[in-house]
Amino acid sequence: MSRFITQDITRTEDQATRSSAALRTRQDQAAKRTFFIITLLPVFLIVTITVALLVRAWPIISAYGLSDLLLGEVWRPNNGQFGFWPFILGTVWVTTVGVVLSVPACLLVSIYLAEYAHARTRSLAKPILDLLAAIPPVVYGVWGLLAIVPFVDNVLAPLSDRWLGSVSIFSVTQPTGFGILSAGIVLAVMISPLIISVIYEIFSTVPHDLRHASLAVGATQWQTIRNIVLPQVAPGILAAVVLGASRALGETIAVLMVVGNVPNVPTSVFDSAYPLPALIANNYGEMMSIPLYDAALLGAALVLLVVILIFNILSTLVLQRMLRRKWA
Amino acid sequence: MDAHIQVKNLNVYYGKQQALKNINIEIPKNQITVIMGPSGCGKTTLLKTFNRFLELLDGAQISGEVLVDGQNIYDREVDVTEVRKAVGLLAQRPSPLPMSIYDNVAYGMHIHKMKSERKEYKAAVRHYLEIAGLWEEVHKRLHDPATSLSIGQQQRLCLARGLAVEPEIILGDEPTSALDPISSQNIESRLLQLKQQYTTVIVTHTLRQAKRLADYVIYMYLGEVIEAGPAREVFTNPKHERTKQYLEGLF
Repeated sequence: MSRFITQDITRTEDQATRSSAALRTRQDQAAKRTFFIITLLPVFLIVTITVALLVRAWPIISAYGLSDLLLGEVWRPNNGQFGFWPFILGTVWVTTVGVVLSVPACLLVSIYLAEYAHARTRSLAKPILDLLAAIPPVVYGVWGLLAIVPFVDNVLAPLSDRWLGSVSIFSVTQPTGFGILSAGIVLAVMISPLIISVIYEIFSTVPHDLRHASLAVGATQWQTIRNIVLPQVAPGILAAVVLGASRALGETIAVLMVVGNVPNVPTSVFDSAYPLPALIANNYGEMMSIPLYDAALLGAALVLLVVILIFNILSTLVLQRMLRRKWA
Repeated sequence: MDAHIQVKNLNVYYGKQQALKNINIEIPKNQITVIMGPSGCGKTTLLKTFNRFLELLDGAQISGEVLVDGQNIYDREVDVTEVRKAVGLLAQRPSPLPMSIYDNVAYGMHIHKMKSERKEYKAAVRHYLEIAGLWEEVHKRLHDPATSLSIGQQQRLCLARGLAVEPEIILGDEPTSALDPISSQNIESRLLQLKQQYTTVIVTHTLRQAKRLADYVIYMYLGEVIEAGPAREVFTNPKHERTKQYLEGLF
């Protein structure tokens, strides 16, 4: 009758085995609780970091007001001028260029891998692509410094000056090679493995029956992809791009090595820029005697964090919905 | 016999496993040919060599010839999309494309740019929906998503979609196995009506369906064709012991 009741306190002859079972149950529950708490830790961290940043940035937010801070164009901490606008725009420019350069290629690569490639090609190409994600950012930074910056300076800038000089976003005013385009190229390569693997995964959520239905009436493979597969995966592609963008937004070391780090509002891809992560990494811990400097940098960190959180949450929601369909 | 499809020395391997062993058969024009046999005997594999669907599988190797009107469809210069246009496939489970009922039927015609004006497409869509016996049920909601139809209606929609690109041959891979009895009967009666104009090849694992539909029968076992001939002969007087056992329901 009391067979499964291990925490029974009535004494019986097999009490020894019974208490060992009770011990195991207790251990099991303790383990469960520990794992739960460890799992909660990241959530707790995100909340505390956000709150801490808000608290530390509060002096400058309350002194200047959020809009003056975000839209102010001048950054002269010594004069008490803290405008984030050049840094926000620098971040936007660098990220946009990176995404624009990377997405078309990523899309083509994923389509090839998911739809055309032979199983053997796929099993070879995928790990190599994933390896790109394993290269440390500082190595990408060095590569950018040694290869991309001179390439932009010696090849792309003169070409653009000659053919696209009249288009303001391609005009070359300060030819050094350090700037948005160099950072964008480096970022494009860095975020590609992530975007490719997510888009590839999304493609595999489309049932084979749909492709076969299209092929069966004599559609070519490309017609099938364009008419049937792509419309199905479009939201997922967008989410993959947003995920790649949020990775680009936060990239620090590789970008700051090639972007020039000049706090101006950029107007051309050949201009130098100063994205938020670079600002924080370059300055935090130095010149901290300047009033409100600490609060300003942490405010910049808060802006960055909030934008990246929103990007990540949105794309994760879309991707989860699409991947669930695969197993449904 | 006026053969529409001729299969010569056809062998198919999946990796090292041989799925079809030296198949030599002829399929008569404008009749219903039923391929039957126990599951795993290679019925579907054989069917899918007729519209070159087998090559969509990684690792399937094909040797030999499949001739449609005397032309080997595996010749290098043959355009696979033309083969599939001429040889339609009704799949095991209905697979409506994720678009409207109308667009499903018009899909293949657009792919092949078969018409030039909207009016012509409209008329053609109506025509093929009528042939598939679906027009009455859907003409008021042509622009609803195809997935809003019942399974049985979806399969008739797939039939209309296949017929719309004007094939000569209809393949059916157990086309009623996912359907309820009434929908199955509906599809069967469509196929019987269409057999004057189309060469039809159906794979089935139900003997009764084979008896209802077949003019010509191919019996397969373990990747080989054991017996092939006019339905009346094979059903009443099978020459081979295995066919006899199968028809008696011994396995």
